[in-house]
Amino acid sequence: MSVQKTGVPMSEKQISSQVGKFTSRGVDVYYGDKQALFGIDIDIMENKVTSLIGPSGCGKSTFLRCLNRMNDVIDICRFEGEILLDGQDIYASEIDVVELRARVGMVFQKPNPFPKSIYENIVYGPRIHGMIDGRSDADEIVETSLKRAGLWNEVKDRLNEPGTGLSGGQQQRLCIARAIAVNPEVILMDEPCSALDPIATAIIEELIDELKENFTIVIVTHSMQQAARVSQNTAFFHLGKIIEFGETDQIFTNPRNQQTQDYITGRYG
Amino acid sequence: MTNLRAAHIKKRYAAERRFKMYGLLAIMFALGFLAIMLVTITFRALPAFSQTYVKVDIEFSENVIDPDGAREKVQIAKADFQKIVRDGIYALFPEVTNRKEKRKLKKLISSEAGYHIARVLLADDQPDFEFIGTKQSVWVKSSDDIDSFIKGLIRRDVDESRRRVNDQQIGWVDQLMADGRIEKRFNWDFFKFGDSRSPEDAGIRGAVVGSFFTLIITLLLSFPLGVLAAVYLEEYSKPSKMTAFIEVNINNLAAVPSIVFGLLGLALFLNFFGMPRSAPLVGGMVLSLMTLPTIIITTRAALKSVPPSIREAALGIGASKMQTVLHHVLPLAMPGALTGAIIGMARALGETAPLLMIGMVAFIVDVPTGFTDPSTVLPVQIYIWADSPERAFEAKMSAAILVLLFFLVIMNAIAVLLRRRYERRW
Amino acid sequence: MSYLTLFAFLICTIIIGYFIGNRRAVGMRPAVKSKLPENKLHSLPGFHGTYVALWCGIPSLLLLFAWLFLEPSILSAMLGNALGDAGIGLSQDQLELLKGSIRRAAQNSQNPIDDTLLPVVESYKNIVNSTGIGGMVVIGCGAIIGLYFSQKKIAQRFAARHRVEKIFSIIMLLSSLVAVLTTFGVVVSLIFETIRFFGMVSFTEFLFGLHWSPQIALRDDQVASSGSFGAVPIFAGTLLITAIAMVIAVPIGLFSAIYMSEYASPRFRSWAKPLLEILAGIPTVVYGFFAALSVAPMLRNWGVDFGLEISSESALAAGVVMGVMIIPFVSSLSDDVINAVPQSLRDGSYALGATRGETIKLVLLPAALPGIVSSVLLATSRAIGETMIVVMAAGLAANLTANPFQAVTTVTVQILTLLVGDQEFDSPKTLAAFALGFVLFIITLCLNILALKIVNKYREKYD
Repeated sequence: MSVQKTGVPMSEKQISSQVGKFTSRGVDVYYGDKQALFGIDIDIMENKVTSLIGPSGCGKSTFLRCLNRMNDVIDICRFEGEILLDGQDIYASEIDVVELRARVGMVFQKPNPFPKSIYENIVYGPRIHGMIDGRSDADEIVETSLKRAGLWNEVKDRLNEPGTGLSGGQQQRLCIARAIAVNPEVILMDEPCSALDPIATAIIEELIDELKENFTIVIVTHSMQQAARVSQNTAFFHLGKIIEFGETDQIFTNPRNQQTQDYITGRYG
Repeated sequence: MTNLRAAHIKKRYAAERRFKMYGLLAIMFALGFLAIMLVTITFRALPAFSQTYVKVDIEFSENVIDPDGAREKVQIAKADFQKIVRDGIYALFPEVTNRKEKRKLKKLISSEAGYHIARVLLADDQPDFEFIGTKQSVWVKSSDDIDSFIKGLIRRDVDESRRRVNDQQIGWVDQLMADGRIEKRFNWDFFKFGDSRSPEDAGIRGAVVGSFFTLIITLLLSFPLGVLAAVYLEEYSKPSKMTAFIEVNINNLAAVPSIVFGLLGLALFLNFFGMPRSAPLVGGMVLSLMTLPTIIITTRAALKSVPPSIREAALGIGASKMQTVLHHVLPLAMPGALTGAIIGMARALGETAPLLMIGMVAFIVDVPTGFTDPSTVLPVQIYIWADSPERAFEAKMSAAILVLLFFLVIMNAIAVLLRRRYERRW
Repeated sequence: MSYLTLFAFLICTIIIGYFIGNRRAVGMRPAVKSKLPENKLHSLPGFHGTYVALWCGIPSLLLLFAWLFLEPSILSAMLGNALGDAGIGLSQDQLELLKGSIRRAAQNSQNPIDDTLLPVVESYKNIVNSTGIGGMVVIGCGAIIGLYFSQKKIAQRFAARHRVEKIFSIIMLLSSLVAVLTTFGVVVSLIFETIRFFGMVSFTEFLFGLHWSPQIALRDDQVASSGSFGAVPIFAGTLLITAIAMVIAVPIGLFSAIYMSEYASPRFRSWAKPLLEILAGIPTVVYGFFAALSVAPMLRNWGVDFGLEISSESALAAGVVMGVMIIPFVSSLSDDVINAVPQSLRDGSYALGATRGETIKLVLLPAALPGIVSSVLLATSRAIGETMIVVMAAGLAANLTANPFQAVTTVTVQILTLLVGDQEFDSPKTLAAFALGFVLFIITLCLNILALKIVNKYREKYD
């Protein structure tokens, strides 16, 4: 992978980058000898919510974790193909994962705040990315992030209490605020509501809707209703392949593929 | 038929009760042994905490101490204080003139008494040497035999030929007692002095300080190395032949007999690298190699108990591997690592055999002041005293064991507290 | 003292290096905050600082340690030169003695020295001073050069974080290799001396000889006592004491484990188990003391009562006390394996109407047998390698006997007595200790590996 690669075909890529924030082309992922993803082609639109649905083990989480290279952590995981973020190959050798993850934030299935204070939870990301110069900077970031995550009013008086003491829904919003604090371009969410009760889920879904103004969001979800409620685009994964990708309305009302039809009507999965 | 069956069941229940009793007996045997051992040692140690003193009237005559009257410290220090003390005890019993009897009389007091008096009188806070030419009553330590006699360890009713204090000496002691010239005091010197050939002067200060220096080296070497190695194996290494090999090595080192580490220290550190013998530096190095597996194993367990979600959270917002480990995983694993380190240190504190091999068994009077000074450690001091023929050393060594156990109890208590306080359930 | 100064200087340079790196990086931070990575500092200023500090510290500290190791031999060689004619015609040992006395005289003028050697002492003092200063200057310069070049590399897009992380991961890898190095060091230090030993004493004599008396002639004309190195009595003694210890430890440890895991109430367990573990935490020298001063005299008195001849340093006293010491090794591991037997097996047995004892004897123990066997093996290896108890209570006499009332000696006792005190490193007497150490290492290694293998197999069965 040399710099030359971004030379001549640049114009082509710029066109594709206008199409999507993320462009994935021919992505294959292997866990050891087992292939988990087969030639994934997908375009993720800027300032839209894209949901990835499909039965368990279909590879949707694996794909999500490719987008910020969280799979690098797994020793036996091997990646082939190309994922472009704003036209730039994120698997290119000159890319620094740390800077990539600052641009592509992530929220996990189970809320995982650090066992530190709420304040420290938010400030940690900006601090390691050199975005903070002094206490007032930090205070400002904490306030805006918590406000954007809709948690400010609930926790503003106890910023120094441990983040692990919050309720499940609040913890997950803290994790969202923590991701926002770094000011990423994309937020990846891996079944963010699966560990939450319906009320907390509703709050988070509302939040996602607000966040799409400023961020591109990719969400993996088990719940088809959720995908229908929050997302504009939907990709249906099955056995490591994309079966269908399109606008959410179209997928849910008029799927082109029989398997998609079966899945969304609950015949399997 | 039913009778037969009932009898059978009864038999089975009897067998059951017997079986249960065996288990209880086994535990009671082990705990009983522990209790008897500790109680025995404590009782044997008690005499070491007190010391018998004899009041002697000493004449510091000028023409013995400072014949030319120059009042120079160097000259005065050369005076025969031993003789001055001896004359003091002779003066108490003027009727004794026989040389042989005089020698017995001399043996009532410690053979080191003169040195101690000289040390006190020539201390820097007494520049004028006012004592010269005076006659003073001074409490001096009794000899170890008289000390044992006073404490009842040498009994009067034993046949004279089989005890170390003869009838005449007993007579003198009785007279001194009647005159109020004998007193038992708490033996502070036991904690203030280094080793000595005479039991009444032997203390554990040197050994305790030596143990301290040795443990410092052990901790400084094994804790960082152990934690770094554990982090590497748990967080960084990918499963490979080499990782497996390292793990096998660590597990085996944990079970290698300690004396083999002593051989390593002797052959490698002393003979090959030419490091100083008897030094806490080398002792600490040998012990740190022994402690390393303990620290690595416990730290790895602590790292393993930090849930992966913490790592994902940190990596997910763009923390690098090192930041994830240093900022999140390691702080959470630290109580566990520290517990392991303390337990390892406690084991190192009680270790004897490898230190004997690298020469820490030498007879050392001076309290060590640095990491390369010749020194000994507490358990080795116990071993050295166990080899000495004097009866009074038996109490000294029991007392040293108590001190050793006291340190061990404290260290283990800290480890337990640390574990209770910071143990986190995820 | 001067090394402490140098060390303090190095520490200061490292700290200064950190701040210089940090400051420079802060100075290069773009004034306008930008989201584009190209316009940002690649790594936090702290990483730049650490980078400079590492380059400042690691090479110079390595130099320092290399110097500390090399200095004695360099000085010794230079002293040899300075001696000139005085050293000619002396044997190696005499030369070393001479050098030693010159060194002592140079350290402290109170130490006696032949007047003819005074000029050598003076020149040696000069050598020590000049090489010392030279070495320190080199090391100090190393630190400053490292600081200069590394801080020059700092730039906005300089990937200090990558470099620092790389260096740290290498340091961590090296730390974990210490364990391997230790094993290697043990093997090397044992094997060379062992080979030298077998150059002097035949292998078959060592392994099958029935007579052990390693005393070497003090004078050359003492032909009779050339020392004999038949290790069978030692191995037999080790075996005897280990056997006695296991006879105590295995049943008591096993029954304790059974009671703890199957009968004891949680409350009893919560205090009895830690108390039992204390037995393993007490220093062995304490057991040695107890064995030698309490158990042995007591056994001898009993022996007198029953008309038995029990020597004051008997295998029995050492073995019994050692057995008590290793009870926790048997009991805690056995406790673990008995607990690991699945509840379903117990339930199955109770459902058939078996009593607890029957369930334990017929179901649990057979199922947990591999684990118990491996715990016994580990305890055996512990007993074989135990030193202080036997040194203090078992004695030195290499009797070939199976009588537990007599004094015997063990491998560890012999290693210790052969090596503590004066040593000459080319006599078979000292080398014999290393040969014994090698045997000890191999035997315990095999026992441990075997035990771990068995326990791993067993884990696979139930996990």
